[in-house]
Amino acid sequence: MSGRQLANSHLGSLEYDPAPESAAIAKVKPEYGLFIDGEFSDAESHEQFATVNPANEESLSMVAQAGAVDVDRAVGSARRAYDKVWSKTTGAQRSKYLFRIARLIQERSRELAVVETLDNGKPIRESRDVDIPLAAAHFFYYAGWADKLDYAGFGVDPQPLGVAGQIIPWNFPLLMAAWKLAPALAAGNTCVLKPAETTPLSALVLAEILEQAELPPGVVNIITGDGSTGAALVDHPDVDKIAFTGSTEVGRLIQQRTAASHKHLTLELGGKGANIVFDDAPIDEMIEGIIDGIFFNQGHVCCAGSRLLVQESVADEVLRRLVRRVEQLRVGDPLDKNTDVGAINSAAQLLRIRELTAFGESEGATRYTSSCELPQKGYWFAPTVFADVAQSHRIAREEIFGPVLSVLTFRTPEEAVAKANNTNYGLACGVWSEKGSRTLWVAERLRAGVIWANTYNRFDPTSPFGGMRESGFGREGGRHGLEAYLDV
Amino acid sequence: MAARSVASVDKVSTTPLRLVTPEDRDVQIAATVAVPRIESEAQLKALLTSLSGVDAVGAEARAAKLSTRSIKKSTKLAAIEMAISMVDLTTLEGADTPGRVTSLCTKAMRPDPRDLTVPSVAAVCVYPDLVAHARSVLGASPVAVASVATAFPSGRASLDVKLMDVREAVRAGADEIDMVIDRGAFLSGRIGQVFDEVVAVKEACGDAHLKVILETGELVTYDNVRRASWVAMLGGADFIKTSTGKVTVNATLPVALVMLEAVRDFAETAGRTVGVKVAGGIRTSKDAIRYLVVVNETVGSTWLTPTHFRFGASSLLNDLLMQRLKQQRGAYVRADEFSGD
Repeated sequence: MSGRQLANSHLGSLEYDPAPESAAIAKVKPEYGLFIDGEFSDAESHEQFATVNPANEESLSMVAQAGAVDVDRAVGSARRAYDKVWSKTTGAQRSKYLFRIARLIQERSRELAVVETLDNGKPIRESRDVDIPLAAAHFFYYAGWADKLDYAGFGVDPQPLGVAGQIIPWNFPLLMAAWKLAPALAAGNTCVLKPAETTPLSALVLAEILEQAELPPGVVNIITGDGSTGAALVDHPDVDKIAFTGSTEVGRLIQQRTAASHKHLTLELGGKGANIVFDDAPIDEMIEGIIDGIFFNQGHVCCAGSRLLVQESVADEVLRRLVRRVEQLRVGDPLDKNTDVGAINSAAQLLRIRELTAFGESEGATRYTSSCELPQKGYWFAPTVFADVAQSHRIAREEIFGPVLSVLTFRTPEEAVAKANNTNYGLACGVWSEKGSRTLWVAERLRAGVIWANTYNRFDPTSPFGGMRESGFGREGGRHGLEAYLDV
Repeated sequence: MAARSVASVDKVSTTPLRLVTPEDRDVQIAATVAVPRIESEAQLKALLTSLSGVDAVGAEARAAKLSTRSIKKSTKLAAIEMAISMVDLTTLEGADTPGRVTSLCTKAMRPDPRDLTVPSVAAVCVYPDLVAHARSVLGASPVAVASVATAFPSGRASLDVKLMDVREAVRAGADEIDMVIDRGAFLSGRIGQVFDEVVAVKEACGDAHLKVILETGELVTYDNVRRASWVAMLGGADFIKTSTGKVTVNATLPVALVMLEAVRDFAETAGRTVGVKVAGGIRTSKDAIRYLVVVNETVGSTWLTPTHFRFGASSLLNDLLMQRLKQQRGAYVRADEFSGD
């Protein structure tokens, strides 16, 4: 017992048998049309594209490619629904629909979780425990606001904007749809939602849920397609509001195209979040927080803590424990309930991650990559940590949007703040310390929309979320999230 | 950590670099002692305050996340049998009788008398006055006799009384002593007294192994749990144990996590591996497997044996036996198929 056994103790030596969730639960149909005016229809061109399971590169379903004519049809439907129905409903009635949608999401949560994991590649544990419950929570939360807009702090009887065009990314497909639709509907707008090209399925299941909830036709239209569909939506003259979540590059284009128009705009773009670790941080929980910060959803998170700023005096210890924890991550079949890190969403994203990590090495950072075995088929990238990263390295400046962490060090709180702020982005940061006064001192000086203290990547519908500088503008979530959809 | 070589970019773009090896995930048990000998209370207190704090929200979130691991098929069967071999089959009632202890010992040696492939449990745990009886029933079997001592469960007696309690239990044949710390002393800051008691009891144990019960339900905070764990380990504990099972709050998953982190860090600095025993309120196989998952992912293989991890329980054993048969036969058997204790 004591003192005798001096060999190392192997973590994870109790092997877990595969515990896969059944793909059949998803009930994915062979093809989906566009959801316009309360029913599914083909694109005018009858063009379709395949949506692929990134974990094995197999086609899941064929979805319609909406063209400019279809976008016009969807916007027209939303306009009619706004004029004739939705602008005349009371807040209490809108609230009723939102509550129904929330409850239907809960009822079909298992199906939605599997759909999300198949289409996106994220681990079922995350879609089951994070994406779907949070999506339902957003509808519940804004259902509560729909009849209380007078008390939201935007004056008496604040008015909706009209027709909202909403373009969402592939990293949290259903959750982003909920972030967009719930406040827009609560505030009295009608919507045209375009899910990402690589992850349209959960939004299409949501369309079925909207039918089940008997939401009046046209109040929400869901159109699938690639970037050209999004561009047509942005350019449509009868859209009053564009809400976009995605890359800074595309966000910039959208802002240019909507400039000097009547269109309201909110953008939620990229980030290069800094997780700042002081020497008095609670070390075990902090390691978990760093791991959650960068490997949650394969690092496909706009607010990911992709830069770790660690106080020099504890840097070696933190790195040692971090590498150990990275090596422990279970990478593989996203449908396995014990998987921690799933598949990269697309071949294009995998290529970008590979390119940027190659720069990390050529610029002189030290690379630690998990020895986990990666599946032969599909898009995979082993969890990676770069140490000895300098502020000037590309991996410290550019958003990688993958399971790659860059570790930098600092000596004083001033230096930590300066380094954290030395970025074009400003979405999220984390501060780890047991000293409340220091946490607040640092938080006050960070230029980022979200600051987490002793945690990371925690989301709640009651809390506003959004960025500064090249991370965009406008807030989603909370009372603040209503402002983006009200004429105030 | 030593700097590692950086491979060329070309190599990366074709196959990913593998600079980390599976060994990097191991708990590195130190070959040399890097913990100072405790000479004074001030020094002990300084060491305890140098330990990292525990963030309660984070620790509970980590435990909750680990408890979602899905353990199926052969892993489940292996985990159930592992758990059986880790049980300290316990009876600590005023109404205990030699007859009840006989029944317990028989069950401990052969948990399922119809299937001798079921491993025996690790120990039976009784009050000191029943140690001799348990010893005589168990004979030469590998099942150990554990005895609570030191004025269990409150620990409210003088050191002399506590030591006498220990010596009597050892003399009667106890292989393992489960002592309680003086929570009053710990909470009022008399840490030196707690440490001295552990040292004295360890000495009184002689060859018997010492398990130190922290009674985490009375320590309340995770910071206290981590510090009490270190006091016990520095004092010479072979095991640290959560609870007596006699207070409202007994073993919880986050408390076990914090204690496992403490034994891990102690092994990595002091080079000595200390076991962990969770006790009180663990009644189902599902609970037991959750603890084993936390052990697996916090400290690993060295602790996945009865020499380093124990469940203090009574009704747990029957559920483990029942679930084991369920795994083998695919259907449940009646609870009455198994003896009551």
